[in-house]
Amino acid sequence: MEKNWPLWEIFVRSKNGLEHRHFGSLHAADAEMAMENARDVYTRRSEGVSIWVVESINITASNPADNGELFEPAQDKVYRHPTFYNLPDEVKHM
Amino acid sequence: MSEQEVKNLEEIFEARIARDEKIEPKDWMPEKYRKTHIRQISQHAHSEIIGMLPEGNWITRAPSLRRKVALLAKVQDEAGHGLYLYSACETLGISRAELYEQLHSGKAKYSSIFNYPTVTWADMGAIGWLVDGAAIINQVPLCNTSYGPYARAMVRVCKEESFHQRQGFEIMLSLCNGSEEQKAMAQDALNRWWWPSLMMLGPVDAESVHTEQSMKWKLKRKTNDELRQQFIDQTVPQAELLGITVPDPDLKWNEETGHYDFGEIDWDEFWQVVKGHGPCNKERMDARVNAWEEGTWVRDAAMAHAEKKNIKVAKAS
Repeated sequence: MEKNWPLWEIFVRSKNGLEHRHFGSLHAADAEMAMENARDVYTRRSEGVSIWVVESINITASNPADNGELFEPAQDKVYRHPTFYNLPDEVKHM
Repeated sequence: MSEQEVKNLEEIFEARIARDEKIEPKDWMPEKYRKTHIRQISQHAHSEIIGMLPEGNWITRAPSLRRKVALLAKVQDEAGHGLYLYSACETLGISRAELYEQLHSGKAKYSSIFNYPTVTWADMGAIGWLVDGAAIINQVPLCNTSYGPYARAMVRVCKEESFHQRQGFEIMLSLCNGSEEQKAMAQDALNRWWWPSLMMLGPVDAESVHTEQSMKWKLKRKTNDELRQQFIDQTVPQAELLGITVPDPDLKWNEETGHYDFGEIDWDEFWQVVKGHGPCNKERMDARVNAWEEGTWVRDAAMAHAEKKNIKVAKAS
């Protein structure tokens, strides 16, 4: 009857003030076990103060084949960056 | 996909690696790259898991509480390293169940060093010092390997590994500063673990079938012989510091090359152990398979409990 435990993605906030970051994944029967295992697998040396666990099938990822249409349009929009605008040197901090 | 299209993709892929770009799970990759990585990463993961067994043997008999907590923590790290690596391997499209199946059926290999027995407490010292020492030399270059998930797992592994080697060396140091019998025990452990540790760095370059391709993919950044020389050069002075003798009559500092010359490695022994005829191959495999089989009901129960809870939640909403 063996059913494999699903895969979970683990996100850890290393300290307050920082965002949760993807640390890795692990298998667990449910969210509670994923949390307990994440604590043992990813925070044995005080690496975190908060953990998120998300079942991997719930993540929708972009496809690298679409990178062109997704990300290239941003490349020619230099006017979104402050250095695009020419200001006299006298304006010191802006 | 036509043959020409595959060829084009392969060229783009090789160029990315040459530029030191990382490859991520959903990127296109040649089938051989995927397979080679599954083989190496899983072999590495299996080694971490089997590697817990020889040391687990001494946890209940550690000579002090200090040694015991350290050994426990080290073995727990190894479980963790196995899990980081299995996860990295799964991103290549193989399931955890398949990976375990390959280990339990003997299809996949693990480092043959773990097929040697741990007969005295000094073996805990020698393993940390030599086996983890050799492992670190193998692993540090992998933090830069081309496959992103593997490189990231290795960064974490390497950070944790240095405590392993230091605790081993400290055990050796205590024994060497102890009674005559304790020092003899340390010498005996060095005698037994020295050659298998050298073999751990893999067959000589001329006989290593995977080296060339693996270097190209940056799955390997130094050859087996280079790594072995580095290990010997760094370890011999440490043995001198301990006041024990490396069991190699041909070992000699070579002023010209700036390296130690060393004696012939018994590769027949290496291949015998790889093929399953080492002193503990059967014991290790039995322990692993038993743990898996005897844990089946626990895994099933946990799954059944999770499903039952899900149904309750669904009904309530």
